[in-house]
Amino acid sequence: MGPLKPAESHTDIESGFMATRVDELINWGRKNSLWPMPLGLSCCGIELMAMIGPKFDISRFGAEAARFSPRQCDLMIVAGTLVWKMAEACRTIYDQMPDPKWVIAMGVCSSSGGMYDSYAVVQGVDMILPVDIYVPGCPPRPDVVIDAIIKLQRKIERERPLKLLQSGPAIGEYDEGTKRFVRTPNQAVPTTRSGETLAPGVYEH
Amino acid sequence: MTTIERIQAALPSVALETKSAADGTPTISVALSDVRNVIVALRDRCGFESNTFVTAVDRWPHEPRFEMSWQFISFTHNERVRIHARVGGDNPSVPSIVDLFPGAGYSERECYDMFGIAFEGHTGLKRLLMPEDYDHFPLRKDFPHQGIEPDRLYREWDRRRRERSPISEESAS
Repeated sequence: MGPLKPAESHTDIESGFMATRVDELINWGRKNSLWPMPLGLSCCGIELMAMIGPKFDISRFGAEAARFSPRQCDLMIVAGTLVWKMAEACRTIYDQMPDPKWVIAMGVCSSSGGMYDSYAVVQGVDMILPVDIYVPGCPPRPDVVIDAIIKLQRKIERERPLKLLQSGPAIGEYDEGTKRFVRTPNQAVPTTRSGETLAPGVYEH
Repeated sequence: MTTIERIQAALPSVALETKSAADGTPTISVALSDVRNVIVALRDRCGFESNTFVTAVDRWPHEPRFEMSWQFISFTHNERVRIHARVGGDNPSVPSIVDLFPGAGYSERECYDMFGIAFEGHTGLKRLLMPEDYDHFPLRKDFPHQGIEPDRLYREWDRRRRERSPISEESAS
């Protein structure tokens, strides 16, 4: 749970107080109530359903409230092969999600196009969206996606929501050279606990 | 009486050239101007009630470049027949059969999407599988094997994203 701990002394609890930073409190709330937008495009969607279902049960990590309206979501899981015909709809859904929002590219198709090296398939959803976590596998097992959600929670822990309020949302930048969206954290956000800034795309886990 | 003979009897005025097909389906080559007449006769006088597919083959670099192919099935006679016609590669255009076989609409849209062949008389001829503002026709032989990305699309999205505030009027509507 990070630094959000109950008060050390018994007397603080008696008096009803707990001391923490606002950033930590906001991040604690955000990371434990991720509401996924299940964009199940192909066979990865089946694994996604298994993940939400009782056997793997992502409600253990607070992410079981899958909503089918982008207005109510803050985590987009792109599960499956994204074709160019669907790409604009996918981008529109992403644009309609309120900030803060995160993206998991589930499976090789959405990470890199996978085996579909074709005119019809987007060669990685980072061509149209900034992606936080890439999950390998064809399709990945549900526990791997759960691992991705845990990694994303650790990433959210390190955000500084109050600084983002000052400087605007940290959404990805489009790189003309590689034709990819790079999920660069806002400059105000350190990528490690100690405050050290790592290269874009590298995160402490 | 074979299928071809039955069709020829219904169409005494049109010269039908038969071709051999690898799968044994009776195949007829006709000139593009005769295609409508032949298909109307197939439907109305020979009992071919259903259109199986409308597609094309790209014979590039040979001219005429495209070989159109229509296949029909007759449930009463348990027969199939295929019609071929060649179309030039310069602004290719063939008559639509949507008014005769409404189900051919999707086949013709796909054919337009993949080969860029216009179907005259089709009421809603737009791309079926590729994005609507894509500039290329993927199943043409001069289309690169690796494909061409619809570059313009994501540049356009990125420009719009940069221009607007996080919750814009466009996405709110």
